[in-house]
Amino acid sequence: MSIEIHGVGKRFGSFVALDDVNLHIPTGELVALLGPSGCGKTTLLRIIAGMETADAGHISLAGEEATQLHARERKVGFVFQHYALFRHMSVFENVAFGLRVKPRRERPSPAEIHRRVMSLLKLVQLDWLAERYPSQLSGGQRQRIALARALAVEPRVLLLDEPFGALDAKVRKELRRWLRRLHDEMHVSSVFVTHDQEEALEVADRVVVMNRGRIEQIGTPDEVYSNPVSPFVYRFLGDVNVFHSRLHGAWADVSREPPEADEATQPPSGDRGRALAFVRPHDIHIESAPIAGGIEATVQDLHTIGPLVRVELAHASELVEVELTRERADALHLQKGQRAWLKPRQVKVFQVAEEALEEGGSGI
Amino acid sequence: MKRALPGFGLSLGFTLVYLSLLVLLPLSGLVFKSSALDLGQFWDIATGERALASYRVSFGASLLAAAINAFFGLIVAWVLVRYPFPGRRFVDSLVDLPFALPTAVAGITLATLYADTGWIGRQLEPLGLKVAFTPLGIVVALTFIGLPFVVRTLQPVIEDIEPEVEEAAATLGATRWQTFRRVLLPGIFPALLTGFTLAFSRAIGEYGSVIFIAGNMPLISEITPLLIISKLEQYDVIGATALACVMLFISFALLLAVNGLQWWAANRHHGKERTSL
Repeated sequence: MSIEIHGVGKRFGSFVALDDVNLHIPTGELVALLGPSGCGKTTLLRIIAGMETADAGHISLAGEEATQLHARERKVGFVFQHYALFRHMSVFENVAFGLRVKPRRERPSPAEIHRRVMSLLKLVQLDWLAERYPSQLSGGQRQRIALARALAVEPRVLLLDEPFGALDAKVRKELRRWLRRLHDEMHVSSVFVTHDQEEALEVADRVVVMNRGRIEQIGTPDEVYSNPVSPFVYRFLGDVNVFHSRLHGAWADVSREPPEADEATQPPSGDRGRALAFVRPHDIHIESAPIAGGIEATVQDLHTIGPLVRVELAHASELVEVELTRERADALHLQKGQRAWLKPRQVKVFQVAEEALEEGGSGI
Repeated sequence: MKRALPGFGLSLGFTLVYLSLLVLLPLSGLVFKSSALDLGQFWDIATGERALASYRVSFGASLLAAAINAFFGLIVAWVLVRYPFPGRRFVDSLVDLPFALPTAVAGITLATLYADTGWIGRQLEPLGLKVAFTPLGIVVALTFIGLPFVVRTLQPVIEDIEPEVEEAAATLGATRWQTFRRVLLPGIFPALLTGFTLAFSRAIGEYGSVIFIAGNMPLISEITPLLIISKLEQYDVIGATALACVMLFISFALLLAVNGLQWWAANRHHGKERTSL
């Protein structure tokens, strides 16, 4: 079932949660709404579900106008971050709820309800917990039950609000792969909200990056990661080194033709705008001996994180972060205080207004 | 074996002594005093015509008042928790007023209001409804004093309900009524029962406000506490204790029953053994 979002806006008092959002989600896709907290992603999801009404714009589900439809008429499945299971009902009754509240003529027979609930519980691999109560389950199990409950009414669209946000890292990883497989089996359109870029990049067919109530970029995980259209997207999707014009000038100088660089390569004069160069830590080549076009820096700190080594280097007053494999780090014999030469493999230069520099996002 | 929580022996001892001094001792004194009567005499006093009528009035009116409070108290608590509106804090503090007001003041005020000439009584008179100086007046007074018990018991429980649970029910296709009946009420029910019990027990023991509005006609609108007082005024201390014993016994049995019901309501949703995974 496709979802069409047209010109949707929403305010809470003077806070603009969504500002003229347009989005088309084709049937069968798994889409991630990604952004920092307060970017409007959850509000958008709640508007799609009918739990919140938009101040402006239209929503249609499967080509049908749905803006005015009540949540119970939209036939969407919703999964909450904190599960929202019915505490006083057994797992079985939780999943059966959507079937039991159907109007009498649509309601399946008790035998049919039993069959469908048990098959859903098998699908989420928890049929052995049918008689338990939510308080007796672990977080991961609760979320799977919540998912089974949402699927029981055969929704056209599955909406998940930070579904793995409350779970620990290992369970989260397991569950998101499992969600991907489930999505492929169920033939529904799914939209999930997350602030975890890794989760979005790993699971989704398409990623919608949001910031301040607007959509910054829509694309496949590969597109948004390798080809961010704005500094915000660059910063939000993974670590990044941001070089201000002075250093960038030096690098533009030495690297001659920085790949990906656009017309803004030359540092502009005046204060109106500045060019910023963005380089991912793993896109910097590091050598312990001088190399052509490399800038010199001093190793400040070394962190080994599993298979990776993160090196912090200082060049003049700027701090540069470089990521390399352990093997490569061992081969270079990097040590604190040592000098090293850096050369970017890939640089992206944005012309940005001064104020935009202070915008959120991670980076250096 | 050492317990994980220290101080069990001391605190249990304290609790028992405290409860004995405060509750058990006076009550056993009551029972002891009434043992001056032999069984036949006791039975005659306890089942006298006036006594039986007064039990009916006392327990019937209390039950009715507690039921009314459970219903409307739920609505009041719900509104106070769920909807922000100007003056909510003011309304919220109004709920406590029946706690603080001297019961006699409440009784006199209600009697004045509901009398044939009172503001409300005047409106009800043409409808053939007489409230003041009838059993109905007793129900009104008992409802007044019982309201805070229900509201104050329910408020924290309603605050605890996550709005997401209601939203989840809505996306699953449940109507508002189904959501209330199947999702919200089962969670609130144990607290509602507690509030009901508190209002009920308070109503059984109420004296001050009732005597002003009840009319106190023997066999019709006389409550048991009043009957006890009138026996005392006639220096029939033994008779008064006999009636008191009956009240004590019925109240205790009722409270025990409601407690059992409450325990059942609170525990049926948690499975037999609690295993953590």
